[in-house]
Amino acid sequence: MKKMIQLAAVAAVASVFAGQAVARDLTVVSFGGANKEAQVAAFYQPFEKATGQKVVGVDYNGEVAKVKAMVEAGKVTWDVVEVESPEVLRGCEEGVYEKIDPKLIGGKAAFLPGTVSECGVGIFVWSTAIAYNADKLKTGPTSWADFWDVKKFPGKRGLRKGAKYTLEFALLADGVKPADVYKVLGTKAGVDRAFKKLDQLKANIQWWEAGAQPPQFLASGDVVMSSAYNGRIDAAQKEGKNLKIVWNGSIWDIDSWVIPKGSPNKEQALKFVQFASKPENQKTYSHKIAYGPTNKSAVGMIDPKVLPTLPTAPANLNGALGINVQFWVDHGEELEERFNAWAAK
Amino acid sequence: MSVASPDTDVLVSFRGVQKSYDGENLIVKHLDLDIRRGEFLTLLGPSGSGKTTCLMMLAGFETPTAGEIRLDGKLLNRVPPHKRNIGMVFQNYALFPHMTVGENLAYPLKIRKLPAAEVDAKVKRALGMVKLDKFANRYPGQMSGGQQQRVALARALVFEPQLVLMDEPLGALDKQLREHMQLEIKHIHENLGVTVVYVTHDQSEALTMSDRVAVFDKGEIQQIDPAETLYEAPVNSFVAGFIGESNAISGTIEHVDGDFCQARLTGGGSVSARAVCVRQAGQPTTLSIRPERVMLGERAVGCANRFDATIAEFIYLGDHLRLRLDFAGNSGFMVKVPVPEVDPAWQVGNRLSIGWRAEDLRALDPLAA
Amino acid sequence: MNMTADAPLLAADGVPLAVKLKRAERRKKLRAALLVAPLAVFLLATFILPIALLLYRSVENPEVPAMLPKTVSALAGWQGQGLPDEAALGVFVQELTAAKDNKAMVGNAAKRLNMEISGYRSLLTKTVRAMPLDPAAGPLREQFVNIDERWAEADYWRVLRHQDSRYTGFYLQSSLDIKRGADDSLHMAGDDEAIYLKIFGRTLWMSAVVTLFCFLLGYPLAYWLVNLPTRKSNLLMIVVLLPFWTSVLVRVAAWIVLLQNEGLINGALMAMGFVDSPVQLAFNRIGVYIAMVHILLPFMILPVFSVMKAIPPTYMRAAVSLGSHPIPAFWKVYFPQTVAGVGAGALLVFIMSIGYYITPALLGGPDDQMVSYYVAFFTNNTVNWGMAAALGSLLLIATMALYTLYARIVGANRLSLG
Repeated sequence: MKKMIQLAAVAAVASVFAGQAVARDLTVVSFGGANKEAQVAAFYQPFEKATGQKVVGVDYNGEVAKVKAMVEAGKVTWDVVEVESPEVLRGCEEGVYEKIDPKLIGGKAAFLPGTVSECGVGIFVWSTAIAYNADKLKTGPTSWADFWDVKKFPGKRGLRKGAKYTLEFALLADGVKPADVYKVLGTKAGVDRAFKKLDQLKANIQWWEAGAQPPQFLASGDVVMSSAYNGRIDAAQKEGKNLKIVWNGSIWDIDSWVIPKGSPNKEQALKFVQFASKPENQKTYSHKIAYGPTNKSAVGMIDPKVLPTLPTAPANLNGALGINVQFWVDHGEELEERFNAWAAK
Repeated sequence: MSVASPDTDVLVSFRGVQKSYDGENLIVKHLDLDIRRGEFLTLLGPSGSGKTTCLMMLAGFETPTAGEIRLDGKLLNRVPPHKRNIGMVFQNYALFPHMTVGENLAYPLKIRKLPAAEVDAKVKRALGMVKLDKFANRYPGQMSGGQQQRVALARALVFEPQLVLMDEPLGALDKQLREHMQLEIKHIHENLGVTVVYVTHDQSEALTMSDRVAVFDKGEIQQIDPAETLYEAPVNSFVAGFIGESNAISGTIEHVDGDFCQARLTGGGSVSARAVCVRQAGQPTTLSIRPERVMLGERAVGCANRFDATIAEFIYLGDHLRLRLDFAGNSGFMVKVPVPEVDPAWQVGNRLSIGWRAEDLRALDPLAA
Repeated sequence: MNMTADAPLLAADGVPLAVKLKRAERRKKLRAALLVAPLAVFLLATFILPIALLLYRSVENPEVPAMLPKTVSALAGWQGQGLPDEAALGVFVQELTAAKDNKAMVGNAAKRLNMEISGYRSLLTKTVRAMPLDPAAGPLREQFVNIDERWAEADYWRVLRHQDSRYTGFYLQSSLDIKRGADDSLHMAGDDEAIYLKIFGRTLWMSAVVTLFCFLLGYPLAYWLVNLPTRKSNLLMIVVLLPFWTSVLVRVAAWIVLLQNEGLINGALMAMGFVDSPVQLAFNRIGVYIAMVHILLPFMILPVFSVMKAIPPTYMRAAVSLGSHPIPAFWKVYFPQTVAGVGAGALLVFIMSIGYYITPALLGGPDDQMVSYYVAFFTNNTVNWGMAAALGSLLLIATMALYTLYARIVGANRLSLG
């Protein structure tokens, strides 16, 4: 009897230590909300079923500093992270991410151009566009110029707090052609022009930070229109809210998977990225939330009813522009600071 | 000892004053009291007897539930405390800790908008009165308890109120200092001629200082008299027990004969005593005698009341000896003997004859067992 | 014993008494030191060290000197006009080539240089990718300009030359809105770029307002509590402390629910007909003040309450008996005695307000943010430890300066938490 107790005690202690030694679950970090729900259904759960590897989902708001801090401290607790495109480039240049061999996902050619880079694999194409509540606005805005027109559409507007997107939209509202936006924004005069345009609207702006906020603001009537991630509006529409998207002047971007350098789960992380990049899984994702797939093979698999809601639909790309990643990598910090100074006034 | 001044001019009068905090119990049952101009009146009583409440009603910090209080003929009930012009000394001194002694004293004068020169002069004079001339720039926290008490006294007097109230002002001081301060307060009173109402539960303090003492119990004044009368002629058992020390012997009245009466002791024997609270035969009574009025041995011969008692204990107290005697079933009968009168042959267990004069034994109301 | 005046007193064993006493005292001191040693170590590790690191980070400048140590010293001889000479460029090429495989090092240096001139990041990474250069293929100057014509501009070299030290005042200067001009002179930033001085001012102002309201609301409450019977005041004290039992985040969220346009308060105001359209209470200064005062009120009430508790009611009675009307008596006699508690409470509330982040971030607009928001911005969004540390250091210095000022005016010994 005594021996049994000793044995049990040893086993208990051993299991505690063993628990620490065994690799933890695969931690996948995303922007949360409707986007995460779609990811759980399209990627996490099928991956768990297929490999037996448990996936833990974590939310964030794009604070890549946390990844950098983890990598610098050598204590990486995130294994796969969804990041916006400038962050892929910036982090890759700073050596924060593991390199990913394109062969693993079937080669660059299988994906839309520009969606696979040295460290990142594109997950989906998403868009920031004007959204409004059709229950409250009978005739909605059709352009950023309308968005700025507080006489025609009185009330508050939601915009994402930060320089990125906001400055582009201001220039679009000021009559700059989509193709010229980054050329203008690349000059001091262009930046001044964008901020001057923002000054006109400032008193009517309600800023948002999390993607889940614009549909809430629109539903509650806090704002009459807002910039919003198209997928979040789509999700709200599926919930029965009468929200509308204006694709004209929208900016599309690509969110990518990256693997923080030194992740102890690198093998599993690569397997996850490989799994999530398969066309059938990307198709499932696009059916759950209106973001376009990056894998060319997935495009053909999508339900024709879903296609027109995606940012990649040709009609939606009309008058839209893609984000200029290199511009934001170079000028992001300066413009964000300038934006802070402007917003704080 | 100074007896009540012949000047009967009344400064303060309480008429039918009652006070209740909860609407059910009266903390002050019924108070009629005249305070004479210039007298030093002490309100003495155990805690909860209503003495402090009376003082607070006079100061204006409590309102009477019924009855009226007059100061100099003027009805006080509706006068707010800050307009009563009554000086007050508190037990914890209540000196403002953030002001110097000088500022403390100047405070009531500045409120009265006296010119600065006059304020200075009065402060100086008041400090001189309490012998603290050099302390004007000190803070209260830098002074001893006795000094602080003197400052508090000076502050209560500096604006020359006609009446000064003192609420156990010496309670926080040690015995020696207390006795010293008692005399000092008494002298200041004599010099200034101000009327003082003084609250204490310390009977020796009351006896030392007062012209008259009002003994409070259960919300009523039991007796109000000069100290000597209180001690020598207590009107009831409470006063007899509260003021000084007394032996209480229970008995029953046999017959009353004018000022005197005959009583049978519960423990056996019969005594004659001064009839104070007794009217007729058959009444229960408590007989009271001061320990120093009891004669022993030879001296007891010739006393009206004579008994035998057994020595139970000697208690040596330096200037006198206390004997505890077993007498008439009473094991706590105390006798005070001046040291020269002690017989060295006495021993515990000895039989001893004791006796006293009939006028020293007072037949009072029966004490509840 | 035969004792003379100057012979030292000896203990029983012949050792001088003074020596023995010293030994005993030393043992006592040692024992006391051992008792506090764990605390001292704890404080050192969790308090002093992080603060020291914070201060250090605000002046540290390792990125470029680590990558291009020889280049910056070679640039010292450059005149500030045109491109540097071939020798300096040669050193530059060598060091760039050597760094080619160290992505983290290049990335950090590029990031640091990008702070000086926007776009330097891509310039540097592009140039590193073009390495090595063949000296035989023509003058290095031309080759550099061929890689990117920005190398022809002196500004880029000037910034590089300036990176000659492992320490820099850049972050602290930026935190005070001081910029370095092309001629290396310091000047105040223009209106478009100036931000932090205003933010510091706002932080202090908002903290002062919060402190004032905490005082105005907390002081009478504390006074009322003190004058209640103990049982009631204890019960109410628990109510006062209740907010401590929920997280700040939960409380802020609750305030959003209450204050937003379609929230309870606006709903009630409109239902009762006081207003026609919702009053903007959340996402502006009012909301921040309301929530901060609510959260910080206990920190004012507690010290004031405990100081008041120690003041016997006789002071007020004494003042009144001396002829003062109760209201001036309160200000002249009671209030001065609570100053220590008010000071402690105000200092507590003020210092906590200065560092507030979550409440303004969630309940305020962009022009209601305080310094902490920008510290978070630099750590979370742009990964700029230097700026975060510099802002934090300045905040620390401001707080300490204020405390010193307070100690001067009111006296530190008059600070009482009861």
